[in-house]
Amino acid sequence: MTGAGLKIWTLHLALIAVLFSAQYWLSPYHATNLARIMVLAVFAMGYNLAFGYTGLLSLGHALLLAAGMYAAGLPAQLWGWSAGPAMIAGIAGGGLIAAVLGLLALRTAGVSFMIVTLMFAQAGYLTLLYFAPVTGGDDGFAVAATSRTLLGFDLSTDAPRFLAALTIFAVGLGVSLALVRSPFGRTMVAIRENEERSRMLGYNPFTVKLAALTISGLYAGAAGAAYAILFGYVGASFATIQYSILPMLYVLMGGAGTTLGPFLGALVMFVLIEAATGITTAHQFIVGAALVALILFAPKGILGTVRERWLRWLP
Amino acid sequence: MASLTETPLIETNGLTLHFGGLKAVDGVDFRLHAGEIHALIGPNGAGKTTFVSLLSGRRLPQAGTIALGKEDITRLPAHERVRKGIAYTFQITSVFPRLTVFDNVALAVQSLGPRDLAARTRAALARVGLEGLEAQEAQTLSYGHQRLLELAMGLALNPRLLILDEPTQGLAASEIDDFKTLVRSLVPATTVLLIEHNMDVVMDLATRITVLTFGRVLATGTPAEIRANASVQEAYLGA
Amino acid sequence: MTAAVLALAASGLSLVFGVMRVVNVAHGAFYMLGAVLAWAVASFVPGPPALAFIAALILAPLLVGALAAATDGLVLKRLNYDPEATIVATIGLLYMIEQAILSLYGPNANPVQAPFEWRIQLPWFGYSGYKLFVILAACAVLLALWTFLTRTKAGLVMRATQVDSTTARAFGINTDRVYMGTFALGAGLAALAGVLIVPIQQAHYLMGGDPLLLSFIVVIIGGLGSLRGTLIAALVIGLSDGVISMFFTPTLAKILATLLVAMVLVFRPQGLFGARA
Repeated sequence: MTGAGLKIWTLHLALIAVLFSAQYWLSPYHATNLARIMVLAVFAMGYNLAFGYTGLLSLGHALLLAAGMYAAGLPAQLWGWSAGPAMIAGIAGGGLIAAVLGLLALRTAGVSFMIVTLMFAQAGYLTLLYFAPVTGGDDGFAVAATSRTLLGFDLSTDAPRFLAALTIFAVGLGVSLALVRSPFGRTMVAIRENEERSRMLGYNPFTVKLAALTISGLYAGAAGAAYAILFGYVGASFATIQYSILPMLYVLMGGAGTTLGPFLGALVMFVLIEAATGITTAHQFIVGAALVALILFAPKGILGTVRERWLRWLP
Repeated sequence: MASLTETPLIETNGLTLHFGGLKAVDGVDFRLHAGEIHALIGPNGAGKTTFVSLLSGRRLPQAGTIALGKEDITRLPAHERVRKGIAYTFQITSVFPRLTVFDNVALAVQSLGPRDLAARTRAALARVGLEGLEAQEAQTLSYGHQRLLELAMGLALNPRLLILDEPTQGLAASEIDDFKTLVRSLVPATTVLLIEHNMDVVMDLATRITVLTFGRVLATGTPAEIRANASVQEAYLGA
Repeated sequence: MTAAVLALAASGLSLVFGVMRVVNVAHGAFYMLGAVLAWAVASFVPGPPALAFIAALILAPLLVGALAAATDGLVLKRLNYDPEATIVATIGLLYMIEQAILSLYGPNANPVQAPFEWRIQLPWFGYSGYKLFVILAACAVLLALWTFLTRTKAGLVMRATQVDSTTARAFGINTDRVYMGTFALGAGLAALAGVLIVPIQQAHYLMGGDPLLLSFIVVIIGGLGSLRGTLIAALVIGLSDGVISMFFTPTLAKILATLLVAMVLVFRPQGLFGARA
């Protein structure tokens, strides 16, 4: 491993270590929040692989999150699947729906891609409402306690839940880092930077983008499934447009095309909203204002700016 | 020079692409033999760039056929043609400006999927004389170096046919000399098709020349034959 | 009836996309603002409902248009009208407007009295006079818009900018002003639709969602940026919306409509009525 590689992996492992230690110095309330942030960060990391690295600005990732959530939650609910198989089903569900979405939506690009993904996600949300007797609609359903155990650990209790969230986050982060440093990661960036030039180097842009979107779907599926299992709730509200905007916001905030940006963005937004709660309940306003401010004044996000100005080696 | 009876590397028959009323490429029959340096010349708007776009697959023809060896590639997508050995370097330098020099060339190398990615990338860079600049962002290179990088990307694809679209445009005289030496070193392993406006370069490098005007082939021959051709002189060289 | 209001809202979206290549996600929020402003005017202007309604018809589009013009100058222009960045920005705008109205106006739906109450009594059915008025008013506005675009100098300037903004600028057209005017006009049309609808539907801070979706559908089916296609599509969809709802539950109808639109965009990006650009 080269010097830069060592430095990069050390940084990422250090973050994992800090997060691991957090369960000992954070209050249970904040530790649970951190677990939630880590799960949402997994979702955002997947979004980042599609948007930040491959340049696919999707407005339909809520569909993939919900796919994972329901693919894990429904078997748990209907057939009493335990956490392990439910998790795997969720990841597969996210990837599968992403692949189908990609086969259709990737025939378009740019603005059309945004609208098409938005429309498919909306259709998915409405479908969840239509089958409300099974899906629970907007009210959703609680995942039974028996399905929330893994290897004898009760994932509805604080410590195992935190560790499970951290594990999923760490795996997601590691895979994401390895991916963007691999030849395929280089190809994703090439497609983002100049699709036509990439084609003339022998790449089929469609298959590269489809692969990136599918991987992104695996992440979204993992996050959805983890949310269902760790926090015990499944509902159609996770398929609404808000949950397509959130990962975009996190990624823009933390820095699109940086491995640590999604987590940082999720953390900062969470803290921002938490801090503002004392002043106003208008969370949505903060989200909206943050979106406008970021796109206007800091389109590279926090880590994107840091990389540009100071730390060129940041992945 | 290769015998005219063997199968050409590239053969087009009746290749046609019209844009509305503009006959950019109008029934072109063209043969490119393995191992030659073939120059494509003609006045501006003669259809040279459109013609090589058809060869490389960036555009699809309305009529006619293209064969690579014995294989019909008329409808083959551009990226598959690249994998079959047709590499195209852009007229306007089109490197990835925000990626490093290494990454630019590695992208070309890895699309063929070899194991020794780093070594092959460095070899391609060394071939054009860009060794030592691997870690630089491509946009920080001088214009001449960016053209060399573009060339390295083409070479890294290990092509059977390398299409160079106006490669010497904007280069200094000394850089042009280096470029000529480099292109000569490519044949006969790689066949070169060159669009070029600089007649000195064309006459010096090319083993054969095809002249296009108004989307049609006006003449094909050795540099001496083209120089002596009355209609070429009238249509192009004399003008 | 739905078709008329829909066409009005959709024409604004189509106009903005056509001239500026900006997909305004906040378009539904402008529509909602129009409705809420109509309620505010009706509540604060004394006198007969008709007077308040006329005041709202004038004030709401003007205020919303002014807000849109400010948005254009402060946000969209600075993004150089980059299509993707402007979508993100208008999403942010949508969030801010909705939350602001929720905070100021509250979560309740409030009715506005129609300016007049009479029914057209035909032998076989009765029809609300106000609904008829809405249809006529919407048609009149669309006709005026059409005339404005095709017959006036300002309309010509807008169409020139739509075709090629660089050339338009070279011919001395102030494209910044064209863009600002277009965005304001588009928002004003949405607000006007909101004012017209509010005596029939109540004003509510989330009421912009469905019209936004429907406007998208209309604009996409009609061919992005084609005003004529938009009008035809609004008519067809406005009429068929009722037809579809008769056979299916509203949710199922929406699912089918949404999927249809997505498929149109994937397989026939020039719209069902437009010619390929």
